[in-house]
Amino acid sequence: MTEHEPLLEVRDLSVAYGSDRGPVVAVDHVDFELARGEFLAIVGESGCGKSTLLFALTRLLGPPFSGEIIGGQIIFRGRNMVTLSERQLRSIRWRELAVVMQSAMNALNPVLTVEAQMRDACKAHSEMSDDEIRRRSEEVLRLVAIDPMHLRSYPHQLSGGMRQRAMIAMALLFTPELVVMDEPTSALDVVAQRSLIVQIKELQAKLGFAVIFVTHDMSLVSHFSDRLMVMYAGQIAELGKTRQVFDKPLHPYTSGLLEAFPSIHGPNLRLTGIPGSPPNLARPPAGCRFSPRCPHVTAICREREPHLVDVEGDAVRCVLYNGRAA
Amino acid sequence: MSDVLLRTEGLTRHFRIGGLVSGQTLHAVDDVSFTIGRSEIVALVGESGSGKSTIARLLARVYRPTSGEIYFEGRPISRLRRRRQRLAYSGDVPMVFQDPYSSINPAYRVAHGIARGVKLHRRDLSRAERRREVERVLDAVGLVPGRELARKFPYELSGGQRQRVGFAQALAFRPKLIIADEPVSMLDVSIRIGVLNLMSELREREGVSFLYITHDVASARYIADRVLVMYGAHLVEEGPAEEVLQRPKHPYTQLLLSAVPDPRAPLGISDTSDVGEPPKVVDPPEGCRFRARCPYRIATCDTVTPLLRELGTARRVACHVATADDSADDFARLETRRRSAEV
Amino acid sequence: MSAPAITTPLAPAPAAGSGPTEPQPRTTVGANLLRAVLHNRKAMAGSLLLLFFTVLAIFPGQIAPDDPQAEIYLPGLGPSSHHWFGTTSYGQDVLSQLIWGTRQSLLVAVAAGGLATVVAVLVGVSAAYLGGLADGFLSLVTDVILVIPIFPLVIVIAAYEKNAGLLTLTIVLGALGWSYGARQLRAQALSIRNRDFVDVARVRGERRLYVIVFELLPTMTSLIVASFLGAALYAVLAAAGLQFIGLGDPNAQSWGTMLYWAQNNEALGSGLVYWAIMPGVCVALLGAAFALMNYAFDEISNPALRPLPKLQRR
Repeated sequence: MTEHEPLLEVRDLSVAYGSDRGPVVAVDHVDFELARGEFLAIVGESGCGKSTLLFALTRLLGPPFSGEIIGGQIIFRGRNMVTLSERQLRSIRWRELAVVMQSAMNALNPVLTVEAQMRDACKAHSEMSDDEIRRRSEEVLRLVAIDPMHLRSYPHQLSGGMRQRAMIAMALLFTPELVVMDEPTSALDVVAQRSLIVQIKELQAKLGFAVIFVTHDMSLVSHFSDRLMVMYAGQIAELGKTRQVFDKPLHPYTSGLLEAFPSIHGPNLRLTGIPGSPPNLARPPAGCRFSPRCPHVTAICREREPHLVDVEGDAVRCVLYNGRAA
Repeated sequence: MSDVLLRTEGLTRHFRIGGLVSGQTLHAVDDVSFTIGRSEIVALVGESGSGKSTIARLLARVYRPTSGEIYFEGRPISRLRRRRQRLAYSGDVPMVFQDPYSSINPAYRVAHGIARGVKLHRRDLSRAERRREVERVLDAVGLVPGRELARKFPYELSGGQRQRVGFAQALAFRPKLIIADEPVSMLDVSIRIGVLNLMSELREREGVSFLYITHDVASARYIADRVLVMYGAHLVEEGPAEEVLQRPKHPYTQLLLSAVPDPRAPLGISDTSDVGEPPKVVDPPEGCRFRARCPYRIATCDTVTPLLRELGTARRVACHVATADDSADDFARLETRRRSAEV
Repeated sequence: MSAPAITTPLAPAPAAGSGPTEPQPRTTVGANLLRAVLHNRKAMAGSLLLLFFTVLAIFPGQIAPDDPQAEIYLPGLGPSSHHWFGTTSYGQDVLSQLIWGTRQSLLVAVAAGGLATVVAVLVGVSAAYLGGLADGFLSLVTDVILVIPIFPLVIVIAAYEKNAGLLTLTIVLGALGWSYGARQLRAQALSIRNRDFVDVARVRGERRLYVIVFELLPTMTSLIVASFLGAALYAVLAAAGLQFIGLGDPNAQSWGTMLYWAQNNEALGSGLVYWAIMPGVCVALLGAAFALMNYAFDEISNPALRPLPKLQRR
């Protein structure tokens, strides 16, 4: 793999699950790339498909998470993850690709010490000796600013923030190339959130891994992600460099979303949010999926579903920009 | 200024945890005193575990205080003996809950809960008048047309709509003060503003006061007149919203504000060595509960629990170190002092 | 001032038609139920069986060819077109006996099952709602009854009234069969009790009894119905069993007493196979009907148990 090849290429990925009312496409033809060491934030509200996308990327779909990949490819370091077997996946998991789930603080086994859980992970994915395992465990704990004496602690003896950081430490046991995180900070308070994200950035700088950070809170990642992907109703609405998307949002949903965050220090203006609710994915609206709620809607929007077009380095799915395809 | 509607004095609530023998005391709320006026929106800001939700339940009479008192329109609510008086209080001070998926009974149509509320608190209305009242409050919270929405079941409504039903239920009592316990934290971001605007509008149109409990400081700034900051079961800062949020005096408030992400502003200086360790509220010792994380800590902080003291007009801060100096350099001076403390 | 100025009139929240993320539902609870039953194979099978037996129980006179007690035929006949299942040792038509026997068996099932369910609801939900000492006491009673070997106890009690009639059977079975349901209902009531709408009702001033009956119970209907079906199943089997061993009224017309008489006359040994087996088959079928519907209600009330619909490949 050369330096310039993307670490992860997602091509035309679609995920659907069955329901009483027919198939529901939760992720619709999603296309993006991730470079080595890049921090990509995926934001969206409930029902946008970001969590399903994450499960698909990590091949974690299947009971109890409903859904199947029905099309597309996930090429991670040159291999298509969609076609790999469980055994092949196991060699990738944790070593090259690690996952930190939502409320990971509750994913720790309450009856095992931190040390035991790290040992489990190490033994499952490598042939490390007990000594090596212990040394590595201490190392990763130090990386996340936890005193290694906590190896012998049980999860309930650590605070929520510490548990979250311990999960991140576990994810780094094999210094993977890519760490995928699903709302890792939502259960923490604002101070702990800020501290955790800064820590992740520092680790990234030190170890060079890429991060996919899924969240519903755009402002959280505004200063930390390299690129930002906004999802709506299973599709990518906008994807571009973070500062560019924040300073000049192209998609009406993105600007609506940005508007919906009251400011702490700026002028205190009256905001309006976005009227309506996300569409029912079993029967998505005709044309653009955002059209029922869009303040700039036109007749064409309801007829044709727009494609992603590139506008000055920012990809956007909106009829407004169809004429300006680069 | 507005009339005082509700006043708490030394409000305290402790819980015994652990066994009978080796039990400990959890200090959920300690010695909290504040007022809420008519047509006023007061935000109670704090992290989880700070005691803010317990205060909501104390005001709603779900819990009884361990000590201290709550006065509503001058009368202590602990003395409400008769059922009629207690009913009247719960009509004057209803609560809106956080989880829109759990706060409405799924077995009945939306009108049911509202109609029961009207029936219990406004017995003088006839059945037709009750029905009209249900439709009126649904319209008032933006669920238009009220007549149609009254017939819907909760599962036919989105999260934001259900939360509005929660407000409608509260409005049906013709309340004076609505306690809103994190009413928007479980809603999507784009829906939150609508509900926050609703609270403002209800205050303007119906003259209802709100105690808005939240951990989201930015939303507190958006609608509140005054802000109360809680930390470790104590009230640590109080004052007009703009004042407290732009010129915070308590070190915890400063820390909180520095950590709030604001995409429109450049990344602020913040003390990232603070990893957000929660305060000790189980059998806590004397002294300031923030001292372990405070950059301005002095010797007194370890032994004397700071009380709220007046620092300027309508401003109170519970800190030995904070000064009344209202100049804009306040924060900068504190920053300098902090940096020199580091060195 | 931090409060934003209101210059625009109140914008209405959008109607549900713009699409909540949940699927659009039917309009009434009854239609929902019917749809759930029709789509669930177990429920369909169970309800058809139940319907069949109910019809037999209501119109035995019109359906059965003969008076079940009439000893008018030759005893010990084998199956024929006149007597689908032959005749008994006393010359009675077995088919007619089966048909007439449905009524008693179904009655006991519904009555005893109903009684057991009512007690289970009272005990289970009260224990959950009242908590504390009341809960402790009620749970203790429930556990004791649960652990006691029911059948021997039932025999002992039924033996006090020799030849127990339908009423005694119903009371005995109902009074001893409620503990399993009570535990289940208590568990569910505990989890519902913590939902906010219960607090909302209390805080708005409802009395405790109102909250239990009108706020808590309506959300538990699926489990209560499933509980009833389970209790009915148990009652069918237990009643037949008691009558078989002779504790029932031998002159009663029910499947259990048929088994009793068949046993007394060594029906199997003398080749009167159908007389010996058919009542048991009927008991099993009625029991199966209740069991199937029980599974179905579990699935209806807990979507997690439903089989996942197959995904069509594009």
